[in-house]
Amino acid sequence: MKPNAAARPATSPADVVAVARWPGNGGATEVAAYEHPLYVRVAHWLTAITLVIMAASGLRIFLAFPSFGDKLPQQDFWHPPDAITIGGWLGGALQWHFTFMWLFAGSALVYLVGQLGSGRYRMVLFVPRDIPGVWPMVRHYFLRGPKPPADQPYNPLQKLAYTTTILLGALSLVSGVALYKSAQLPWLVAMLGGYGLVRGWHFFALCGFAAFIPGHLVMVAIHGWRNFTAMLTGWKRDPEYVKR
Amino acid sequence: MPPPIVRPPRTRRELLKLAPLLAVGAAAYPPWRDRILGGGVRFSDWASARTFRSTHLAPTYGAADVVPFERFPYNYYDVLEPNIDFAGWSLKVDGLVSRPGTYGLEQIRRLPKISQNTRHVCVEGWDAIGSFAGARLGDFLDLAGADPQARYIAVTCADNYYESIDRATARQPQTLLCYEMYGKPLDRGHGAPLRLQMPTTLGYKQAKYLMTLSVVNELPAERSYWGDQGYSWYGGL
Repeated sequence: MKPNAAARPATSPADVVAVARWPGNGGATEVAAYEHPLYVRVAHWLTAITLVIMAASGLRIFLAFPSFGDKLPQQDFWHPPDAITIGGWLGGALQWHFTFMWLFAGSALVYLVGQLGSGRYRMVLFVPRDIPGVWPMVRHYFLRGPKPPADQPYNPLQKLAYTTTILLGALSLVSGVALYKSAQLPWLVAMLGGYGLVRGWHFFALCGFAAFIPGHLVMVAIHGWRNFTAMLTGWKRDPEYVKR
Repeated sequence: MPPPIVRPPRTRRELLKLAPLLAVGAAAYPPWRDRILGGGVRFSDWASARTFRSTHLAPTYGAADVVPFERFPYNYYDVLEPNIDFAGWSLKVDGLVSRPGTYGLEQIRRLPKISQNTRHVCVEGWDAIGSFAGARLGDFLDLAGADPQARYIAVTCADNYYESIDRATARQPQTLLCYEMYGKPLDRGHGAPLRLQMPTTLGYKQAKYLMTLSVVNELPAERSYWGDQGYSWYGGL
């Protein structure tokens, strides 16, 4: 059953995305949509840079005690290769981590305040209404299924992926603060299931990003050159969801 | 609905607005890197000290949560059992105190004894809940007549280790001059005869084998053994 337009909350592209139409060469009308305001682009690229630094320094920190169990006896879980770490040693890695955590948290704050303040979160937030649309997109991307029509800037699978990254970022920040201030914020530690799990959650969030980022890059490379330039300039040329 | 726009978007101008992000690259330039990262750590330390509540207690645990003594790790940087004349040992106290001099273990033991099961967290990432007892550092500072406004407490150790902590941490009621672990006198590897024990800081701040204690307003050049090599000076949890 298709919800009728009046009952549907404001998620049509026109509610959140400004559209430009101008005469191009040869009399055709050119169309572009302003998908990403400056705060979104700044937050995206700042997060991209800081996330790599936080991950690489975090793995170096993990190497100092590559386990989730007791010190005595110590059972190592995994030794990240030096090549994917930065900082050189625990102290150096902590300096990167304790410096760039502020940028990571700051870009998250800019993004969330901007999205909630402008109402633009509706464009990308995965809601129950999006569930039926996930499988057709999976079928299209991975099983050569037919392409579902696009009537919004983000398809349901994109919304699911991007909403998940926000949750992963929140988990990284919350578990990171709990680790950093475990004596000051015991309630936060308790919320995460006790001190014994906090490093595990922090690492789990990293694994989530490690799963998302390669997929994100591959999808951009295969399907999304215009998405890539849109994240640089804000403007997406010829968006499928805007009628010429 | 936003009004329609009828001119081509100024994409180049929009792209240039992202240029300031290139400033992050300064952290990759080696001559600037240490200053930037040092500043980041100092800012983190400042924020940590600002949000520290000296009346807030770190979690304490029941006897069932304490790891067996044999599984409480020994950690040391140089020698586990430095040479100490235990019979003649005393803590030398100087700086902004009205009663400078040496304080024997018996004097420290006469202060109210605090027993606590708290989590010891190592900067490396491991942790262990241990059982500790000793005198509050705050009580000892009062005994020595320390200036209550003095900003720092600096200690040196028999193994040439050294550390310093701020006033708020020193006066936090769980900050101990610890002389007992698991109901027994501190053993040599854990810092006999006297160590700092502070559940609100990382392990490297909790100096062992204490020899001198200074109450100061300016930190000495040797502020913190690991802090001087790049760890956070504050090291607070």
